[in-house]
Amino acid sequence: MASHYEAPIRKPLVIGDKDYHDVSVDISAPIEGRANRQWWIVFSIALAALLWGIGAIIYTISTGIGTWGLNKTVNWAWDITNFVWWVGIGHAGTLISAVLLLFRQKWRMAINRSAEAMTIFSVIQAGLFPIIHMGRPWLAYWVVPIPNQFGSLWVNFNSPLLWDVFAISTYLSVSLVFWWTGLLPDFAMIRDRAVKPFQKKIYGLVSFGWTGRAKDWQRFEEVSLVLAGLATPLVLSVHTIVSFDFATSVIPGWHTTIFPPYFVAGAIFSGFAMVQTLLIIMRKVCQLEAYITVQHIELMNIVIMVTGSIVGCAYITELFIAWYSGVEYEQYAFLNRATGPYWWAYLLMMSCNVVSPQIMWFKKIRTSIVISFIISIVVNVGMWFERFVIIVTSLHRDYLPSSWTMFSPTFVDIGIFIGTIGFFFVLFLLYARTFPVIAQAEVKSILKASGSKYKKLREAGKPLYQMPAIKTGKKEVKAAPKSDEKPEGKVSDLLSKLGSFDPAKDKADDLKKVKGIGPKMETTLNQIGIYTFAQVSKMTKTEYDLLDEITGSFPGRAQRDDWAGQAGKLNKNS
Amino acid sequence: MASKVIHAYYNDDDILMQAVKKVKATKNHIEEVYCPFPVHGLDKAMGLAPTRIAITSFMYGVLGLIVAIVMMNYIMIEDWPQDIGGKPSFTYMENMPAFVPIMFEMTVFFAAHLMVITFYLRSRLWPFKKAENPDPRTTDDHFVMEIEVYGDEKTLMEMLKQSGAVEINKVEK
Repeated sequence: MASHYEAPIRKPLVIGDKDYHDVSVDISAPIEGRANRQWWIVFSIALAALLWGIGAIIYTISTGIGTWGLNKTVNWAWDITNFVWWVGIGHAGTLISAVLLLFRQKWRMAINRSAEAMTIFSVIQAGLFPIIHMGRPWLAYWVVPIPNQFGSLWVNFNSPLLWDVFAISTYLSVSLVFWWTGLLPDFAMIRDRAVKPFQKKIYGLVSFGWTGRAKDWQRFEEVSLVLAGLATPLVLSVHTIVSFDFATSVIPGWHTTIFPPYFVAGAIFSGFAMVQTLLIIMRKVCQLEAYITVQHIELMNIVIMVTGSIVGCAYITELFIAWYSGVEYEQYAFLNRATGPYWWAYLLMMSCNVVSPQIMWFKKIRTSIVISFIISIVVNVGMWFERFVIIVTSLHRDYLPSSWTMFSPTFVDIGIFIGTIGFFFVLFLLYARTFPVIAQAEVKSILKASGSKYKKLREAGKPLYQMPAIKTGKKEVKAAPKSDEKPEGKVSDLLSKLGSFDPAKDKADDLKKVKGIGPKMETTLNQIGIYTFAQVSKMTKTEYDLLDEITGSFPGRAQRDDWAGQAGKLNKNS
Repeated sequence: MASKVIHAYYNDDDILMQAVKKVKATKNHIEEVYCPFPVHGLDKAMGLAPTRIAITSFMYGVLGLIVAIVMMNYIMIEDWPQDIGGKPSFTYMENMPAFVPIMFEMTVFFAAHLMVITFYLRSRLWPFKKAENPDPRTTDDHFVMEIEVYGDEKTLMEMLKQSGAVEINKVEK
């Protein structure tokens, strides 16, 4: 069909011989399987970091902000650095899912789910910092414009800090809704595959009873498109408003009009780096190499390189404008950044953010998984230092040289930061075990255009589908789906393919050894005439379907557990 | 309501599209098609009306903008005007530039959330709602076309068989 056409020059986005069912199997495999040792080790480390962070937060709140390394000159440091860093990371998810959707970039479909999850989890970390910094977090609701006991005491809508409250909470809630709406069909897929009643219940609950009617899909696609249209200016506004926290102040080094675009580019830059870090690990651990391909990594590297170059331009523009303005305070602020006592932080920021992504100009490097991973970590470190440089070096040498000072974090500062990293990974690891980590419905919708199986068919000039052969026996019309009688025709059909069991010659095997066959299923199989591993091992998709039709229980179960493969092994052993 | 419907199962979206067109051409009524993923052009082929959910989103956005303006006008101009950093607070228009970010955020907030709530209610999606797809395979790799039976059942059956259905069930509904 013409709608599935894609230029042959485009590389396949789904590699391997995948059809629709394979996508379901691959995406649900990490959820249906058990966590391995590595997962538990990483999870324990993240949990320990989270607990340390909770301890540091409790200490801060019970004792006071004085436990941090802040002083009267540097009165804003790690807290706001961490806040901006986490918010920045939270930009890639919406950018991938919204902006790339508007640009009809199909490669986003393999990564948007995890990128959105990362967005939500990192914005949660970001939100923690202002709340902790309030000192009395139980009064956090005072930032909401509600009538109160103090008479006409309202929040100040002229303040960029209040704009931040509105921007971040709108961003978090809209991202969450966008994410969850996209998850509904995928949760429904897991729900319909679930075997255990508890999982069926949970996934039934979170899938909101998604049914997949044509009208639902029509609305679903429209809602996704409109949400993308709304989220695109929203994501740009969020970091713009975060930059207003600085740009509307009168501190040299902060009071610059370049901040909004520069912060947005930096946010996309750091967000993509974090997506890269997470997905390079995830594709390996969850065995999703067929969906998150080297091409995806390469494309993300290109985005990292481009946004890194924009950030580099912004750094240099800042320096030029400081000199060109003729304002000596502004000039000193930038001279001090580069050559003052914090020169090492400035150098780290410049080399990590401006120099390191430039090696991505070489195709060999940007298609190398190891180097991509290293660069993504380097960029994350560099972007943390960017915020540190902007915040601390602009403050530590103020207008009065007698109050010039340095900032050194206490163990509490460090503890809270480590704690948020732990919290982030705890959330992400739990997500990776329980959520469909790839938007499988969307991947299926592009499979015929961009899957390598169908691309090969198209190149060979073969049709993308085959009409099922009309067999009257198999397509017998059933009176009702829940009939108890076993259609005799099908049973003999099945046995003719698998070979019949002769009690005189053969010995019956214990079919319960095959994972997925219980005592009840064994009885059913015996009733049909299947007694040996040899018979089961001959089963293919057609036989499974036939079996499902006869037994009517657990459709698809046999194929999912690969009974034939298991039985083949057992047959050899016995 | 004891009406009979036929469930025709397909395992490919292209075959499904051809079948839908064929069934429509023979003037049979397609009650519903259950799909595991969005099939482009299916709504047009089935003769579904275009969705108006984007229009509701626009209206919700306008509502959000109005709420933001009314709220900030009451709080910052009428109830307790203050001199904050010398920003003029005599009329809303004078103070408006400082209110643009919130006006924008509230517009997006209302447009996004109320549209999604509308979508959930119209498509009957909420926690504890039971799924109504006729077969668990319709979220995996099968498409089910539900056709109401009236008139000549045999020719319809025969046509569905020819159209590439992998399974055909008759269901009392």
